[in-house]
Amino acid sequence: MSIIKAEGIFKTYNETSVPVHALNGVDLEINNGEFMAIVGPSGCGKTTLLNITGGLDLPDKGKIFIDGTNLGGLSSKELIDFRLHNIGFVFQASNLIPVLTVKENIEFIMMLQNRPKAERDGKVEELLNAVGIIGKADYKPGQLSGGQQQRVAVARALATNPRYIIADEPTANLDSASTRELLDLMAEMNEKYGTTFVFATHDQRVMDRAKRIVTLEDGKITGDKTISK
Amino acid sequence: MKNTTISIAWRNIRRNKARSLVIMISVAIGVAGAVLADGFMEGMSEQRIRSAISNEISNIQIHNPQFLLNKETEFTIAGADGIVEKIKSLQEVKGISRRFITNGMASSAEAGAMVSILGISPDTESQVSSLSQHIVGGKYLAEAQRLPVFIGEKLSKKLNLNIDDKLILTFTNRDGEITSGAFNITGIYKTTNDNFDKTEVFVKNDELKRLAGYPSGTVNEIAILLKSNELTSSTVRKLDGLLAPQIKEGKLIVQSWKELAPVVKSMSDTMNFFSMLFLMVILIALAFAIINTMLMSIMERTREFGMLTALGMNKRKIFEMILSETLFLSIFGAAAGLILSALGIQYFSAAGFDLSSVAGGMNSIGYDSVIYPDVKFTFYATAMAMVIIIAVLSSLWPAAKAMRLRPAEAIRENE
Repeated sequence: MSIIKAEGIFKTYNETSVPVHALNGVDLEINNGEFMAIVGPSGCGKTTLLNITGGLDLPDKGKIFIDGTNLGGLSSKELIDFRLHNIGFVFQASNLIPVLTVKENIEFIMMLQNRPKAERDGKVEELLNAVGIIGKADYKPGQLSGGQQQRVAVARALATNPRYIIADEPTANLDSASTRELLDLMAEMNEKYGTTFVFATHDQRVMDRAKRIVTLEDGKITGDKTISK
Repeated sequence: MKNTTISIAWRNIRRNKARSLVIMISVAIGVAGAVLADGFMEGMSEQRIRSAISNEISNIQIHNPQFLLNKETEFTIAGADGIVEKIKSLQEVKGISRRFITNGMASSAEAGAMVSILGISPDTESQVSSLSQHIVGGKYLAEAQRLPVFIGEKLSKKLNLNIDDKLILTFTNRDGEITSGAFNITGIYKTTNDNFDKTEVFVKNDELKRLAGYPSGTVNEIAILLKSNELTSSTVRKLDGLLAPQIKEGKLIVQSWKELAPVVKSMSDTMNFFSMLFLMVILIALAFAIINTMLMSIMERTREFGMLTALGMNKRKIFEMILSETLFLSIFGAAAGLILSALGIQYFSAAGFDLSSVAGGMNSIGYDSVIYPDVKFTFYATAMAMVIIIAVLSSLWPAAKAMRLRPAEAIRENE
């Protein structure tokens, strides 16, 4: 059953004198529980497609549905609210709130959802255990390594119980050991919670772990293969 | 959630301590400057009003309306004794003095000057005037001495006269003839108003009336000192009621110091206006400093705001966070400024701020050269309220900038 459906997506950036056609008619369906990578050379439109499927950007033409909801039909406020309750994000740089502790960073997103304190506390503890940083709960992000920060980012993404997490180059700044640990963690979360993970990456280590690889070139899907492992 | 937004805002303030401190110090200095400036202007103004009331005009005066038009001695207050009795019945009244006034020439062997000659009874006059406390030479009008005169230091210098010298006062008597008397200078006073010191001379009531040919009960002016200046307007209304028949007939007029010395009142109003204007100018300048700081802060945190929006923080919460940061910077700065200025005001209100180097200029317009600043609580409250308003307004632009960020672009900023 598909969780995301992109139909005829076009996206052009006009920030420079020469328009950049980032996506040229992309059709894509992502099924529930997939562990998928969008790959391709720099500038092929990976991040643009990821942003559109995550509701961070809207296409110039075409439609994007998440769980049957047409994101183009939502107001700006509704779209923010939709992201809060349905999508988790892991960015290239962990993008944690530097003034909050690890625990507070994870709890913060649940506070945006107005979830009760007891529920938040329980979930924070569960996630800290799950991502293996229970001992660092009161650390600030600046006191953690890059790998540990990305673990917190994964915990934060999972905190809202999203069905779908997008991760843009999550391993770009990590060494091999940290990359392996992070991918193990996300694969485990994918298995444990059934959460759909979609990565935009050009990291071979991520591609090696993905169960489906969609290849983009010049804004078009040129390959889509499912890997049985 | 609101507490978390505020908590993040507070932690963001501490994130760049140097920058936050600089802007808070700027706000503190600006607010302290405005409050101190108001304190000095208010102090000057209050001192001038107090001086005018206690030395020159008292709180309220009653005249024959004709006397105010041309200062002719013949325009007297009919039934002054009965009026004084009615005034005494008011509990707001601290002292009453009956004056007989004529204009004339004061001269010595070397020079002359136009003066107002006030015939007073020293006992009752000292109930309404504190001139007897401003003696710089000799003593107040002595009852026992014949033809004593009490003059200002400026006049004594102009006429080159000193204690025990003779002062010739020349004026018109009741029959329209020029008459004069040789008075003995028994005391010299000095107020903060050079003009008053140059033109007002005090003699004994009965002696002046005898020389001018008026009966002993003649009165041109009834001066009333109240227990508090705050009571002035209400007491004027009461007197208007008590003396309504004479006022209706046009025989009497009751006036407060504000009507008698409109310049003093308008100077006070002008100073209040300039205090507020000064505060406004400082706060507007500070607003741009705050806007600049917040814009810098937001530009540095573009990715962070993009991430917050991406995660699901709505625009209202982002606005709350930026508003909270701006309010923290402004309120803490303003509070420090208010405390600083309150301490300064407390010190100078006791020790005085000495402007002796410009005493000549200050005294020539009636102001004391030692200023005791005074700030009313309402000004502190107004300053704080205006800082809050300015902070809210200053947060709008940076907040709008943060709220307009598109998460997809903001997150990749500086990558």
